[in-house]
Amino acid sequence: MRRRTVAWAVAVKDLRVERRARVATLQVLPFAAIVMVLFAFALDSTAVVERVAPGLVWLATLFSMLVLVQRQFAVEAADGALDALRVAGVDPAAVFWGKAIALALQLAVLEVLLLGAAVVLYRTELRLDGVVLLVTTWVAATVALATVGTLYGGLAAGTTGRETLLPLLVFPVVAPVLIGATRAVEAALGTVGTPGDGWPWFGLVAVFAVAFGAGGTLAFGPLIDS
Amino acid sequence: MEQIGEVVVLDDVVVVLGSYPALAGASLTVRRGEIVLLRGPNGAGKSTLLRLCAGLLPVSRGVAAVLGHDLATERDVVRSRVGLLGHRNGLYLDLTVRENVRFWGSLAGAGDEEVAAAIERLGLGGRLADVELGRTSAGQQRRTALACMVARRAELWLLDEPHAGLDAGARDELDLTLGEAAGAGATIIVASHELERAGALATRVVDVVAGQVRQQVAT
Repeated sequence: MRRRTVAWAVAVKDLRVERRARVATLQVLPFAAIVMVLFAFALDSTAVVERVAPGLVWLATLFSMLVLVQRQFAVEAADGALDALRVAGVDPAAVFWGKAIALALQLAVLEVLLLGAAVVLYRTELRLDGVVLLVTTWVAATVALATVGTLYGGLAAGTTGRETLLPLLVFPVVAPVLIGATRAVEAALGTVGTPGDGWPWFGLVAVFAVAFGAGGTLAFGPLIDS
Repeated sequence: MEQIGEVVVLDDVVVVLGSYPALAGASLTVRRGEIVLLRGPNGAGKSTLLRLCAGLLPVSRGVAAVLGHDLATERDVVRSRVGLLGHRNGLYLDLTVRENVRFWGSLAGAGDEEVAAAIERLGLGGRLADVELGRTSAGQQRRTALACMVARRAELWLLDEPHAGLDAGARDELDLTLGEAAGAGATIIVASHELERAGALATRVVDVVAGQVRQQVAT
């Protein structure tokens, strides 16, 4: 079977599981909304909130991603399905990309909703000349977060204490993505600098997305085997 | 797909796990369509033998081939052509019976007709096919796992204590299923402590003792 076909089958399966269980809808979305509201209360200053809104959106995305990843791999572990995929000789790179695609699609929807929440709650204004930077950063950061989440989710899946291990593994690794995506979106929205200032930060995020994608393709099999 | 008579050929095979020889010179030949029962005490090497045949363990010494593929060099090919059912089913409890079989079948390129045939063959058709797996009985989940093997076109079924955790009715259902599968051409190796039940099903009983195949009795 071609890698692309298997990856697509895995992605469709993961999205079908999510549609049935509705964890993203019933748990992750309310969780992310609460995080956004709590940030607004904690900062308690319109000027500060408007200034840091892009960072808050990405932080809320990151926290929500952990919940999605843990759920994604809990489904695999419940009846030994991830082991069964390996036993059946399914290409681990295809499994990695299938799970990363499903996670990326969920994250992409979540990020749009969180940006909408930022517009409503934090009075963030979108600029027409920053739309291209905003969209490309959105795509690159989503791919980077999804590949990192899938890679480390697979690594933590077979360990005891995986709920606490996953954030410990993921947070340091995604720090450059968080910083780059925040700076790029700040530039795209014009809260700091102009859209032209954001492209180097987008470049950083894109490099990480490619690196994590390549790393996951090579390392996912040995990681889940061990 | 080539049709070979000897599905499993093990000749003086040694498998070392850590420093412990889990198989110590095991020799066994299994022909197409046979149902072979592996019996022996805990730690004798039954599960190791199944995992070796599934392409999951490296051969330390000896000659081992499954479906005509050398286990020393072609383990990935072997993995894609055999089905191993252990203590867990490897299924998704949030998906329906049909969705599980369709997913596993799709990994081997099975189309909708093949998936439907696998579901019918395992007696999972009708309304049951569209029930979430988490709401079905342990026996139905086991049969779903076997349906996934059929949809994956597994040519060799390796079953490790398949009756474990099932009530009497589900065990009867499983035996019926295995008998029908063998009748349809599947080759099955079962490791079980349910000697009377599995023995009645088997065409051959093999004693595994201290990592070696000691005695083989046709039933």
